[in-house]
Amino acid sequence: MLGRSANGIFWLFRYLERAENTARLVEAGFRMALTRDAADASDEWRSVVVTLGLQGAYQAKFGSDYAGSNVFNFILRDRDNPGNVLSMVEQARHNARMVRTGITREVWEAVNESWMVLKEELARTVTETRLGGVLDLVRRQSTLVRGAMEGTMLRNDIYYFARAGSFIERADNTARLLDVKYYVLLPSVSYVGSSLDNVQWDNVLRAVAGDRAYRWLNAGRMEARGIAEFLMLDGRFPRSLAFCYAQLRDYLDRLSDEYGDRLETHEIVARTHQQLKHQTIDAVFEQGLHQVIGQFIAANNHLAQQIQRDYRFTE
Amino acid sequence: MTNSSLSSYDEMLDADGFTRPAYAGYCEWLKQQPPELLRRKSGEAEAFFRKTGITFNVYGNEDAEERLIPFDMVPRIINAAQWRRLSRGIEQRVRALNAFLHDLYHRQEIVRAGRLPERVLKANKAFLPQMAGFTPPGGVYTHIVGIDLVRTGEEDFMVLEDNARTPSGVSYMLENRETMMAMFPELFTKVRVREVSDYPRRLARSLAACAPPAANGHKPVVAVLTPGTFNSAYYEHAFLADQMGAELVEGSDLKVENGRVAMRTTRGWEAIDVLYRRVDDDYLDPLTFKPESVLGVSGIMDVYRAGGITIANAPGTGIADDKAIYSFMPEIVEFYTGEKPILANVPTWRCAESDSLAYVMDNLADLVVKEVHGSGGYGMLIGPTSSRREIAMFAEKLRANPENYIAQPTLSLSTVPIFTKAGLAPRHVDLRPFVLVSPQGIDITPGGLTRVALKKGSLVVNSSQGGGTKDSWVLDD
Repeated sequence: MLGRSANGIFWLFRYLERAENTARLVEAGFRMALTRDAADASDEWRSVVVTLGLQGAYQAKFGSDYAGSNVFNFILRDRDNPGNVLSMVEQARHNARMVRTGITREVWEAVNESWMVLKEELARTVTETRLGGVLDLVRRQSTLVRGAMEGTMLRNDIYYFARAGSFIERADNTARLLDVKYYVLLPSVSYVGSSLDNVQWDNVLRAVAGDRAYRWLNAGRMEARGIAEFLMLDGRFPRSLAFCYAQLRDYLDRLSDEYGDRLETHEIVARTHQQLKHQTIDAVFEQGLHQVIGQFIAANNHLAQQIQRDYRFTE
Repeated sequence: MTNSSLSSYDEMLDADGFTRPAYAGYCEWLKQQPPELLRRKSGEAEAFFRKTGITFNVYGNEDAEERLIPFDMVPRIINAAQWRRLSRGIEQRVRALNAFLHDLYHRQEIVRAGRLPERVLKANKAFLPQMAGFTPPGGVYTHIVGIDLVRTGEEDFMVLEDNARTPSGVSYMLENRETMMAMFPELFTKVRVREVSDYPRRLARSLAACAPPAANGHKPVVAVLTPGTFNSAYYEHAFLADQMGAELVEGSDLKVENGRVAMRTTRGWEAIDVLYRRVDDDYLDPLTFKPESVLGVSGIMDVYRAGGITIANAPGTGIADDKAIYSFMPEIVEFYTGEKPILANVPTWRCAESDSLAYVMDNLADLVVKEVHGSGGYGMLIGPTSSRREIAMFAEKLRANPENYIAQPTLSLSTVPIFTKAGLAPRHVDLRPFVLVSPQGIDITPGGLTRVALKKGSLVVNSSQGGGTKDSWVLDD
């Protein structure tokens, strides 16, 4: 396949993954804000903006006023925010058009439909009443694309690049959430057993759709260390770093089998995967949660760049 | 441009209002359909096109970057006998076009024989001196041709234009059929219509049969070259590449390496044998043509001349669809086939000739005057619908530069009904059959693309000017 097409499909799935994760994050923020007083709610919205790396752009427009409807409209549809959800979906569709020959008709139609319905929904300001429906739509459309992929795409290099894009992005998004919320998870500052903690923790889990899974696995026992372990190291949870890397390694290995060569990409993914596999949460906290996450984000970026180099995404 | 529909030949109904035989099966089915069902289906068709992304970019219209070409649900039907005669005429014409192109770029016998004035070639920008003395692989110049036909009576089909560069619209031909079959499956069990869906496979086979010497008998690697997603026909480029299982490449994916044109793949550089390019000659090779072009490949012309790649259509074929050349097509067909043309030309006055110019100047109000190198319905005068002032202004342009124009009578194009809110209403149509040429022969897909002027009385069918399309049926014997 063309290097340009590999690049197109890799980013198509990064954009879609990012749009979906952004919706989840906003959803968790919204729920959190509803249960707090105005000052705390504004803190919560601020942390959502920081997690998405949009602080600079946001403050340039609104200063330090983190009113909920400003924040979610900025994230979802504001043209002053080049990374708004609508433009991500637009970009995804643009890429899908570009790699139209590499995807099935069903995948194309799912991506095209996502863009059509979201464009319509996000044509006007989103109110608090409509927010739930809009976020739901983002998630549902993402699921639709994933389903079309799963059900209709050949398992070959094109599919592997798509999956690699999804999991690189997902790992990055989970890691960024941990990076911003790490203080919530630090035992030293937590008010053990306080209801505030519980809500904060619950919110982190919600943002990655992991609240139910965590409770089910841990019989309802909320605890900072357990949550960090779940999000980083639990290979059963589909948004954990360990899960993403098991998938990444698997798909990149299959790519290596198909092409019959092992490249720098494969060394890097194997290394990070090994680290996550043998890592313990005690060791993470010993070394410093913040530092470990920071290193992970850098390594993940490095892998993305190496894939682009090894497979000639650009000239 | 309007024209009284009363005097036009209607393809569905005869002068007494009876259904013509070709439409008998369809009309019988139609009578049994409740009107509200048809109205609902018409809305469905548009949603279907939006969903599949069959769009068409209009140049210079930012807001409507992706517009749909309206689709009308009433098929355009041609009976088997008519189609047989059309196919023979098209085949003859396409054969002559290829022989003509070969001759133009070699000995120019037709000029020596005095059948084509040299001035038509001289200073014609579509003539590429780089092609002189070179024969493309398999001797094929026009791998894909679209012949625009108009009809004025039962047996009166005429060629309006030969599209010998990169004719577009074939994706609409295919999608229109898919749409009709999805909307009215039972209709196709009642009326036997000849299949068009294997066009992409036939295209792939035809292109592969034109592989260059460098392919060395291996299974040829075919790629489609597109200017990119912003091109008005991008959807079609992607569609065809997808259907053929070929890579869709852009200039930035390509470079010349070891005497071959290669594409950058995830495994390294891979040589291309046949390039179906949807990029104009001028942009194909910045080393040979427009130096600022980023749509093509530097050095591809050298590779081409050395037998390293097949370019489809061959560079320089544009000369054959030039309107000045068009007016000589009857002579051209006769010169190269030794036969009388089966398909007539539309009568054409060459303004370069003083007698013709005088006639045209005297009759501007009744004529259609076109630029020799223009296309898409731009830059023309439609006498009957123009004001005196417009005609006077055009007359000046014509007088200043007569060799730049040809003139044709205002034809009374045939009509086929379309669905309107008020029921069926006749509208003018044309037809573009698609023709594939390879050393193995000339292959014509039954039917083609019917374009229809949606405005009552209008004769302008161009999609860039508000025309629509119809599914085109050739009946099985």
